[in-house]
Amino acid sequence: MPGTFIPSNYLPIIIICIFATIIGLSPLLIGSLLRPRRSYRQKLLPYESGNEPIGEPRYKFSVKFYIVAMLFVVFDVEAVFLYPWAVAYDKLGIFGFVEMMMFIFILLIGYIYAWEKGALDWE
Amino acid sequence: MVPLSWYIMLSAVVFSIGVLGFLMRRNLIMVFLSIELMLNSINISLAAFSHYLQSITGQIMVFLVITVAAAEAAIGLAILMAFYKNNPTIKADEINLLKG
Amino acid sequence: MSHLRSMILISPELLLVLTALSLLLLDFLVRRKGTLAVAGAAGIFISAYVNYRLIKVGMTGGTIQGMFAFDGYANFFKLIFYTTLLLTILLSVKYLAIEKISAGEYYSLLIFSTVGMMIMAAATDLLMLYLGLELMALSTYILAGIVRGDRRSNEAALKYFFLGAFSSAFLLYGITLVYGLTGSTNLREIASALHSLKLAESPITMLSLIFFITAFGFKIALAPFHMWAPDVYEGAPTPVTAFMSAGPKAAGFAVMGRVLFDVFGGLQMQWSIILEPLAILTIAVGSIIALSQTNIKRMLAYSSIAHAGYALIGIVIGTPEGFVSTMNYLMIYMIMNMGAFGVVIMLKREGFSGENLEDYAGLAKRHPVASALMLVFMFSLTGIPPTAGFIGKFYIFMEAVYAGHIYLVIIAALFSAVSAFFYLRVVMYMYMKEPAGDISLSTSKTAGIALAFAVIMVLVIGVFPSLLLNFARNSFFG
Repeated sequence: MPGTFIPSNYLPIIIICIFATIIGLSPLLIGSLLRPRRSYRQKLLPYESGNEPIGEPRYKFSVKFYIVAMLFVVFDVEAVFLYPWAVAYDKLGIFGFVEMMMFIFILLIGYIYAWEKGALDWE
Repeated sequence: MVPLSWYIMLSAVVFSIGVLGFLMRRNLIMVFLSIELMLNSINISLAAFSHYLQSITGQIMVFLVITVAAAEAAIGLAILMAFYKNNPTIKADEINLLKG
Repeated sequence: MSHLRSMILISPELLLVLTALSLLLLDFLVRRKGTLAVAGAAGIFISAYVNYRLIKVGMTGGTIQGMFAFDGYANFFKLIFYTTLLLTILLSVKYLAIEKISAGEYYSLLIFSTVGMMIMAAATDLLMLYLGLELMALSTYILAGIVRGDRRSNEAALKYFFLGAFSSAFLLYGITLVYGLTGSTNLREIASALHSLKLAESPITMLSLIFFITAFGFKIALAPFHMWAPDVYEGAPTPVTAFMSAGPKAAGFAVMGRVLFDVFGGLQMQWSIILEPLAILTIAVGSIIALSQTNIKRMLAYSSIAHAGYALIGIVIGTPEGFVSTMNYLMIYMIMNMGAFGVVIMLKREGFSGENLEDYAGLAKRHPVASALMLVFMFSLTGIPPTAGFIGKFYIFMEAVYAGHIYLVIIAALFSAVSAFFYLRVVMYMYMKEPAGDISLSTSKTAGIALAFAVIMVLVIGVFPSLLLNFARNSFFG
């Protein structure tokens, strides 16, 4: 039915979500209203199990992470197409199978290419 | 019962935020995110239309837009990294080798 | 059986994809990079031949549930794309060696981009159109930045990427609005829904029309949306610039023609009113700013903007004959522009860009053949008979006069005269200045073939214009 965007079955879940948020936030809120505020240097330091913090908190990630992340994003999103295909496999028949094999073949070439280029090597 | 127009308005507002972000942000990563915001606002309205019209095409479109956005993100980040290697800045104002 | 038929009708595209994929892998196996160019060209020839056979055996019509058309319109544009691709590959062989670009990636990206354009030209569904456009655009972004060590190439890719992604988001928003309005993404169904539901006057339809024009305007570099073009054309490697100024531009016009005529055919008055000032502005901006350029790639970029304006006149008129003259113009522009860039590419050698106007001083004394070729291409870009450029402009102006757009023609002709100044300045540098230093050309056999083809076509079309025009007309009217 057009217009019924939130089915009524989901209403309890929404209520649970709202209550969970309230229950989670209220102790924090009450605590912040009631507790005394006395700040000195030791207290404002980041908590590192009682030790003095060493080095910069902002850590520069190696550029290798980005290459892996890029490959991950591309191959990960392709799974979006595999799932509906698997669900409707019976209806699509042999032609759907052939098409999906072509799709995977193209991805495979991309994978081999990335591998050969050394994009997957960490060192 | 949320009417269709709410979704369309939400989508239009998010799209406008994306456009404004693209035009006004000076940090390239933020500009990049603004484009993603624009694409996702389109996904909102596509999904809403798809449900309202009871037509599956809109949802297929959403899949394709997500895929293209992922490819675009990968390529954009790669270009940004290649750029950053040679010119360590991500401020849009400092990209001025080619006079526009 | 309809599945099999679909497969046969898209087999040229599939063959190109296969070629591109094998080039990616061949890159690891083959030592001599020239082999890759030969293999790529062979794959493209096979694909083009299959396409030709399909036309000959009378295959025609839509496939993949009406998303894709194998018709004369698409095939005319496919011819432009195939020619652009082959000429680009021929012109790049030497350039790749000089710049040390990875050949496998380069050729396969060129082919992927061409597949995207072919899908755009053949798409009869907004979904397919968007995918083709993205395939073309994403490949070209990478191509613009393929010289990874060069800051200018990096910057070109970055600018192209951001503005390209921005414009395709607009296209997508336009598609979404049309889909929401009519419940379909098929061009024909949208057109009939707009007609039957009396939606033509709806503000949403107008809004989506404006979004479409904005997005296509970015792709073909129309005047308010042209800002990226000079920077990207200057920074990208020259063969890629040549490719971008011919292929994606023609593809942009192909989708623009199909969407405006098939979907918004009933709104012809409205889009003519929107496009007419854009055409004038585009021609004016391109011609006037080109006057002050000293970098020849930048000059050709502004010239490319101006030429997009001339080609747009054929659409502004709004008649089928007008669009035929645009198709004719795009083919001619592609050939003469590839030729001009071919000469620019030859001046490039290791450690020397050869992109400044001064580098052309006295070229005629040292290299008379190359100068003569450049002379022909510059004459053609200006529109001086008996070259093809004159024919292209002539038919566009003639159709515009028939349709009663006399003011438009007068303005365009005036700016065409202005453009003579900066095109002929190159000729003046080549023939009337003394050579400043030693000029050596990086000539190669492949570039020679490409330039010979371009110059012969420019002259043949210039002398026998009806060949191409009739071909365009037959393609358009089926």
